[in-house]
Amino acid sequence: MYAAKVIGTVVCTRKDDRMNGLKMQVVEPIDLITLEKQGKAVVAIDAVGAGEGELVLVVGGSSARQTDFTKNKPVDATIMAIVDTIDIGEKQVFNKQKKDG
Amino acid sequence: MLCAKVIGKVVSTKKDESLTGIKLLVLQPINSKKEEIGKALVAIDTYGAGEGEIVFYSKSKEATFELKEPFVPADAGVAGIVDYITRG
Repeated sequence: MYAAKVIGTVVCTRKDDRMNGLKMQVVEPIDLITLEKQGKAVVAIDAVGAGEGELVLVVGGSSARQTDFTKNKPVDATIMAIVDTIDIGEKQVFNKQKKDG
Repeated sequence: MLCAKVIGKVVSTKKDESLTGIKLLVLQPINSKKEEIGKALVAIDTYGAGEGEIVFYSKSKEATFELKEPFVPADAGVAGIVDYITRG
């Protein structure tokens, strides 16, 4: 899984029927240590109710279909966790409770 | 599978239910010379690997085969803790 920041949402009226009711978020991957942007933004299905600006974990590939929301759906990226804290070594590099991360 | 060093952990209270009680570790992939290769990632762990330990991990659906119920949204999972690596 990789960490990403939720930066927006996608709305589609015309889409595969199986996607009805699924929340599509735009997520921007970030480096787990520096928290800097890392790679291109992608669309991921939200399985946990993440809000814009939150740091989340995204699962890709066929494992993205391993949730009740995304089972048997044409999905290859799913938000499966909202990050509370990231600890690297002795340092806490991210804490949701603190404004500056 | 790839080898990696455990460099940290992620804590998440709000996550897919199937992940309750499962540890999320930050892994840094390494080669057989213990040199870093590629970016760090998050993987599930059922082996109790500690920080600084070298592990090997599986990607994609195989990541969840360690679990009793493999219907879990994880694409990387620790498959074992390395004792030693021999080369040549």
